Amino acid sequence: MMVIRRFEEEAARNYAKGKIGGFLHLYIGQEAIAVAAAEVLEEGDYIFQTYRDHGIALARGMSPNAAMAELFGKDTGCSRGLGGSMHFFDVERGFLGGWAIVGGHLALAAGTAFKAKYSGEDRVTMCFFGEGSTNIGGFHEAMSLAGLWKLPVVFVCENNQYAMGTPLERTSPLKDLSIKAQGYGMLGDRLEGHDVEVVRERLGAAVGRARAGEGPTFVEILTYRFRGHSMSDPAKYRTRTELEQRKQQDPIAVVRGRLVDLGVEENALDDIDLEVDEEIDAAVRFADESAPAQEDVMMSTVLVAEDGS
Amino acid sequence: MREIRYRDALREAMLEEMERDESVFLMGEEVGHYQGAYKVSEGLLDKFGERRVIDTPIAEGGFAGVGIGAAMVGLRPIIEFMTWNFSFVAFDQIISNAAKIHPMSAGAVRVPIVFRGPNGAAKQVAAQHSHSCAPFYTNIPGLYVIQPSTPRDAKGLLKSAIRSDNPVVFLEGETLYGVKGEVPDEGVEELVPIGESRLARAGGHCTIVSWGRPYYTVMAAAEKLSAEGIECEVIDPRTLRPLDTSLMVESVKKTNRCVVVHEHWPYGGPGAEIVDRLQREAFDYLDAPLERVSSLDVPMPYALNLEDTVLPTEDRVIDAVKRVSYVK
Repeated sequence: MMVIRRFEEEAARNYAKGKIGGFLHLYIGQEAIAVAAAEVLEEGDYIFQTYRDHGIALARGMSPNAAMAELFGKDTGCSRGLGGSMHFFDVERGFLGGWAIVGGHLALAAGTAFKAKYSGEDRVTMCFFGEGSTNIGGFHEAMSLAGLWKLPVVFVCENNQYAMGTPLERTSPLKDLSIKAQGYGMLGDRLEGHDVEVVRERLGAAVGRARAGEGPTFVEILTYRFRGHSMSDPAKYRTRTELEQRKQQDPIAVVRGRLVDLGVEENALDDIDLEVDEEIDAAVRFADESAPAQEDVMMSTVLVAEDGS
Repeated sequence: MREIRYRDALREAMLEEMERDESVFLMGEEVGHYQGAYKVSEGLLDKFGERRVIDTPIAEGGFAGVGIGAAMVGLRPIIEFMTWNFSFVAFDQIISNAAKIHPMSAGAVRVPIVFRGPNGAAKQVAAQHSHSCAPFYTNIPGLYVIQPSTPRDAKGLLKSAIRSDNPVVFLEGETLYGVKGEVPDEGVEELVPIGESRLARAGGHCTIVSWGRPYYTVMAAAEKLSAEGIECEVIDPRTLRPLDTSLMVESVKKTNRCVVVHEHWPYGGPGAEIVDRLQREAFDYLDAPLERVSSLDVPMPYALNLEDTVLPTEDRVIDAVKRVSYVK
């Protein structure tokens, strides 16, 4: 969780410095979800995420170097500078993309789950999206097909309360989105997302059902992003009081407090923080010093050459 | 050689590729138990079962996306749109996902998928069901766009499309499904290469480039012109992206004039692209402005007399050829 937090903070700093361009959506405040998800998934499983994709990619094991270099638009980035913040890929780890059209990637996740079922493979797909996705057609069609065909996929709705700047009560007639699951013949679950152990247990149960052939689950996780929707968003649509209240449930503070209660020395935790600081500082240096994105890579990856190369 | 219908050629291509490669499957509305809305998939369910011939709900965006996801991890889906008019509700899947995954992942993820179905006007199905879709999809880097005119090309190109590691938009024709033509004998495999045009008719006076339904209008017009002493050379591009202009340029060097005949609307599209390329690649050889014969620039009307007016006609082709030939 600290790696994600520090990575995002450094990304914000380097965005301000002009080292990173385009859109940058930070995961600060939601870290427990990505970390818990990575815990419950197996090596051969697949993950899809929205454009807010740094957290889960790092949790899944992508190196901060490859992630930061991608933000810097460098050839050493995880998508060689062609994807940017919103389009991380790490195929070796089953991380199949950050996707930037709201609701557009849910059917892809149903597709990888379809392949697992078609080929009799023991692979679960986990697909993340925001509560803002639950109103668009892509959500409905993907959920319909996944439910109909009982595909091994877990749909994780990270409900951070705001679809960009619009709060849930102004976009949905429902407060409890998990009841939508019933309409697709699948199980629904709903939980708070600030306690990594709770998230791990509940996502683990959903993954277990998918692996056992019991079909998909729709899991709504209530969470909160401490920053704006993207770097250009000052988040004036919510009050400082609300933000401060939510920060009382910072997932990192929660887990730190629990570790101290369990007898872990504060010093040991501080040492971890320092290690993480160094790792992220090194990632920034790596990104800064890497070669720029390459024109020949851009030109040669539009299509697969017909000789298969 | 033997003679079969265009729809049977397509079915044979799918059947042979499904027999050859277990990762190939067919998915779409009514492809299985109904035996295909246009009977292209007739018999495939019986042969391959529900695992590989998959009926879907009416959810083009959903099942196009499922196909793309499955292709990302190793399957080779054939996604049938009952007609290409319905692809518009899956447009985002084709444009934002299928065409973007390989480049956006810097080549890490391939999407070997074929989207296929009837394209263009059928007969009196009016404005929402008569779209000629090539202009929409040929604009997109990251896609192949194929539009075969003959049964032989339909079969050979569909087989190549299924084996390609790239996403392919495969435009058939409802009015072409019943057209008969020669294909190689059973047991003789022919893969027509993607991105190669074909000389359909030799002639020295005027080049005509055409594909899809108007290809047959052009071939009939060429016979009439021949009776008047004007010999047309007809080139069928077959693949619209990537576009092979080599035969067209060679032909124009000989005839010094060219008419491009297509069903899509006149604003942009492959018709305009071909004209643009030929005026640059064969500028010194042209004795007349390049002409185009297209559908009229209106949404398709229902009434048969009006529909016949909107689509390219033999008369309009003949007039255009005479204009560029400076004979009247």
